[in-house]
Amino acid sequence: MKSIQIPRSPKVLIGFGILLVFIVLTVIGPWVAPYNPSSSAFIPNLKPSWQHWLGTTTLGQDVMSQLLVGCRATMVVGFIAGFVATILSIVVGLAAGYVGGRTDEGLSLLSNVFLAIPGLPLLIVINSYLPSGEQANPLVVGLVIALTGWAWGARVLRAQTMSLRDRDFVEAARIIGESRSRIMFSEIGPNLLPILASSLLFTILYSVGVYTTLAFLGLTNVATWNWGTMLYWAQSNNAALANEWWWVGPPGIAIALVGTSLALINFGIDEFINPRLRAGGLSARRRRQLGVARRPRLGFTPVQRITTYPEISTIPVTSAEGIAQ
Amino acid sequence: MRMLLRRLGVYAFTAWVTITVNFILPHLMPGDPIQQLIAKLTGRVTPEEIRAIKEQFGAGLDQPLYLQYLHYWGHLLQGQLGTSISLSAPVAQVLGSQIWWTIGLIGIAAVLSFVIGTFLGVVFGWTRGSRFDSVIPLATFLQSVPYYFLGTILIMAFAVHFHFFPLQNAYDQYLSPGFNTTYIWSLFRHSQLPILSIVLSSLAGWMLGMRNMMITTVAEDFVLMAVAKGLPRRRVIFHAARNAILPSVANFALAIGLLVSGSLLVEQIFNYPGVGNLLVQAVGNEDYPLLQGIFLLITFTVLGANFLADLLYYLLDPRTRTATAH
Repeated sequence: MKSIQIPRSPKVLIGFGILLVFIVLTVIGPWVAPYNPSSSAFIPNLKPSWQHWLGTTTLGQDVMSQLLVGCRATMVVGFIAGFVATILSIVVGLAAGYVGGRTDEGLSLLSNVFLAIPGLPLLIVINSYLPSGEQANPLVVGLVIALTGWAWGARVLRAQTMSLRDRDFVEAARIIGESRSRIMFSEIGPNLLPILASSLLFTILYSVGVYTTLAFLGLTNVATWNWGTMLYWAQSNNAALANEWWWVGPPGIAIALVGTSLALINFGIDEFINPRLRAGGLSARRRRQLGVARRPRLGFTPVQRITTYPEISTIPVTSAEGIAQ
Repeated sequence: MRMLLRRLGVYAFTAWVTITVNFILPHLMPGDPIQQLIAKLTGRVTPEEIRAIKEQFGAGLDQPLYLQYLHYWGHLLQGQLGTSISLSAPVAQVLGSQIWWTIGLIGIAAVLSFVIGTFLGVVFGWTRGSRFDSVIPLATFLQSVPYYFLGTILIMAFAVHFHFFPLQNAYDQYLSPGFNTTYIWSLFRHSQLPILSIVLSSLAGWMLGMRNMMITTVAEDFVLMAVAKGLPRRRVIFHAARNAILPSVANFALAIGLLVSGSLLVEQIFNYPGVGNLLVQAVGNEDYPLLQGIFLLITFTVLGANFLADLLYYLLDPRTRTATAH
């Protein structure tokens, strides 16, 4: 099997860069936070300064510390929920797509039901029945989010599995007598990786969004710090009306940046799956160098001319840009 | 027609699941939340109200679970959703008075963002590779900005700083609702900023999806054929767009759920009346009957919207109709 390479367009690199910063902050955030985020020992409503890089809240708390400490819970819940939901969707999607028949009908019905029920209200209902100690537990909240967020991935994976099921290489594996689980996970599985990755990113994005939303509504424990609870306190203290941008801004921008980084990586994967989207990702200068028409003509997928062919083994099969390098 | 009936079957099944989940959840949860609620309420509300809650949730009545389930269905079929604990009014009545705010606000915003986003997607898909492409990173960022954050920023910028729009509420509080121009004008003015915030943050999804489909469709032979026939450009674009729009319509199911979820927050931020505001209140007051009623209402509304989208798909895509002929 050819190893899957990550597309190396600038979009993807920027996406990975931003994500890496936040992953590092997830690990070190609580250690590098300058103050205790809950301590209200400071002068309230300070604008950003050298003592308080992001200012202080109406309650006299340090915004920077809250942002750094809150990073961990937010990211951990997002990633737990994203991974658990994706594993669920792999199991359901592969089984439905490959086994077919009754199994497929049953599992498809299940995922359609979960798709049709709006996730956030369901989550709010489940969450409100939880004992109040569990509402603050990131693991429990993450699992509940995963339970409501797996269906979309399962549907996409099912469709792709079905289209792969009847390809020749799968047929060949079946003829030489490979077991069903081996065909599912070793033959079909690797070909699902791009879609899997894209569905994982989407689910993490969804989970971070949903978790911060729950926290913003004050439905998780508001005494624990994450970016949602920061916005909850800002909202309940009318920070927007008092024009305290240094309080409202950082958590919102942090959530948006995490989301953007995941979406940018996803773009790269989309271009990897669908070559027609690729030429759009090149800069104007790069396009001229490669000889791709500025606006590709109708009916043709732009392909650049390669004058000297590199050794076959060195061709990275990633993007139009990658081939020329 | 078969396809539509099938979808209808799925929705009916989903509705059944929703109702059953609603019934079974309090029984499954650790620590029996209903018993705790009753313990907390004892002494605060009248014994009749406690009995009503017990009856609705079947708590402390020593009935087997299946009988409680049948009772629950019996109440539902009579349109009884129980009595709200915090508002001391029938849940159905409370919801009936609040739902129109939400449907009005979200409905208008959903249609606007779908129409504008799809149109922009068509334009950017057709002109891909030109300088319009620089809109995409911006759209991606906008898509990642959470609703409530965008709403807060819009309030800070356009209501607090520039006074372009009223701050919050659905109409000027000194006005009494009535069918007169002052009131309607006030309604209109107060709805602008919430709608703008919903449209802004959901627009990008439609736009990016439509752009990708448009790029894929424009490369198809029939578009080349249309150009070769010498059709005017507008006709060609329309021709391609009509075919590219199908996945967007099919995605409506996912989108409407997300939109409704997000819009619950808009009501919170703009202090706008509606189901979202009610939901947060219900959770805060541990008003389980109201909570359950809202969940049913939201799910059924979303199912209805999904079925409308399916109808639209059926009308747009002739293949779904010819498939039944075989």
